[in-house]
Amino acid sequence: MAVAVAVVRGSVVGLCYGPGVSEQPLVRARGLVKRFGDFVAVDGIDLEVARGEAFGFLGPNGAGKSSTMRMIGCVSMPTSGELRVLGMDPVREGPRIRARLGVCPQLDNLDPDLNVRENLTTYARYFGLSRARARARAEELLEFAQLQDRAASRVEPLSGGMKRRLTIARAMVNEPDLVLLDEPTTGLDPQARHLLWERLFRLKQGGTTLVLTTHYMDEAEQLCDRLVVMDGGRIVAEGSPRSLIETYSTPEVVELRFADEADHSGKLAGIGRVDPLPDRVLLYADDGDAAVAEVHRRGLAPSSVLVRRSSLEDVFLQLTGRTLVD
Amino acid sequence: MVSAMLAARLSPSRVGAVVGRNVGALRSGPSYWLVLVSGFFEPVLYLLSIGVGVGALVGDLRLPGGRVVEYAVFVAPAMLAVSAMSGALAETTFNLFFKMRYAKTFEAVLATPVRPLEIAVGELVWAMVRGSLYTAAFLVVMVALGLTRVGWALAAFPATLLVGLAFGGAGMAVSTLMRGWQDFDLLSTGQFALFLFSGTFSPVGEYPPMVEVLVGLTPLYHAVELVRGLAIGELGWGLLGDVAYLLVMTVAGLAFAARRIHRTLCV
Repeated sequence: MAVAVAVVRGSVVGLCYGPGVSEQPLVRARGLVKRFGDFVAVDGIDLEVARGEAFGFLGPNGAGKSSTMRMIGCVSMPTSGELRVLGMDPVREGPRIRARLGVCPQLDNLDPDLNVRENLTTYARYFGLSRARARARAEELLEFAQLQDRAASRVEPLSGGMKRRLTIARAMVNEPDLVLLDEPTTGLDPQARHLLWERLFRLKQGGTTLVLTTHYMDEAEQLCDRLVVMDGGRIVAEGSPRSLIETYSTPEVVELRFADEADHSGKLAGIGRVDPLPDRVLLYADDGDAAVAEVHRRGLAPSSVLVRRSSLEDVFLQLTGRTLVD
Repeated sequence: MVSAMLAARLSPSRVGAVVGRNVGALRSGPSYWLVLVSGFFEPVLYLLSIGVGVGALVGDLRLPGGRVVEYAVFVAPAMLAVSAMSGALAETTFNLFFKMRYAKTFEAVLATPVRPLEIAVGELVWAMVRGSLYTAAFLVVMVALGLTRVGWALAAFPATLLVGLAFGGAGMAVSTLMRGWQDFDLLSTGQFALFLFSGTFSPVGEYPPMVEVLVGLTPLYHAVELVRGLAIGELGWGLLGDVAYLLVMTVAGLAFAARRIHRTLCV
């Protein structure tokens, strides 16, 4: 059933390729800086987002992801540096740019005085859609968000996942060229996250350009074609999820836990790069099983052993010496 | 010049969308209707208790121009001005503060092409719609009780609109400065002081000279003077001064509020 919806709902995702504009990046930043008083939130970043791309900012809280998103969304002005969104200057052409953006903020700011459908129709009116067009668009988006049977409900009693889907649907109301999603699945349970990912993947398949922030590596791996890793307001790495893992990690990682508190790094030396964490030891290896065999051969007896594929979490750890969610 | 400046920067459809949002909120909430209706009764009750009740003890009153009128005729236009003030303030203070700080309504709106000034103007227009319902109903009551004539009531109505704009603009400006709900107690106190000492219940000529000068600086005094002058048909050049005062208040309030919304939400 879900697949059928995807075909019919081609219009939802806003396929609006203008002729001759595809070469120009939708977002272009050079030396972009955002300061709040003495605090430097974004410390001179360069980036480009191409049309049709799903671009991610991965980083811990306070890395400068949201500040960057707010500047791209033209609600926060850059302190210095150059920023072009859809080829325009956010300082001078904010309303024109925002007319073509879809924004899903980190915290839902749905209108509590309106019901689900009215949240969509009212928002459509801010973009200048006619009443009839707004109503039609709301029906399409209710279906996209799978909220048809809650259309007349107030927003407040909806579950977290439903609110998020409604917020994303609301961001699509003007058939945007560029959709900004600030931590789209933070705070949702696994089932709600997967449903949301599926919806976002559908947008991406339809050709919508997505820019999202996340501090979940699995989300970045699932959704992003390309991403930058941010830490302390700076970009510390850039590439596709796969290429980042290849560059900064090994194909496999062995997680070892020991019953005792002793430092086993010495005995593990030479098997692969070793990263001792408070609760476990990470061992980077091309072949995880071979590494485990070597660990046992050296007479070590870990209480638990996990061999897994390398992830962006490992990339982040390698780049910053810290874990992503702490 | 000011209106030309505003027109250049405002999109009617976006301002209309901000107003439309409030119409939608009104329609979907039954409790809101109750609040709206209650706003009409307050000045009517004052009129009946003080204007008619106390008026029976006070008797007739001689206006500065020499004309003698019933006390209720003197008080009713003041209640009309108060009604215009309260209607506008109710919408632009509590409701605006809630939308700005708690519901994050404006944050969502500012992610669209709508600008801070368009939010401010839209909210003010909506406050005017609400305030006009009160004042129009109150004028009907005044005509029915024989406290003004239809012609003067029609002349007073636009004046109540101006009063609403002025207090709506000022209310918005003040709301953007509020730190929390406690600050609204100060606002209520201020509003009540204006209500009592703006030539509402007695001519300001009866006050000590110093107080009279002080009262002359406050906004509700000018609102009452303007509305009363028109409602009882006592026209004078002084009314133009009142109009100017209220116009300045409107523009200054709006500009300040738009700037503050921008400063608070667009960082």
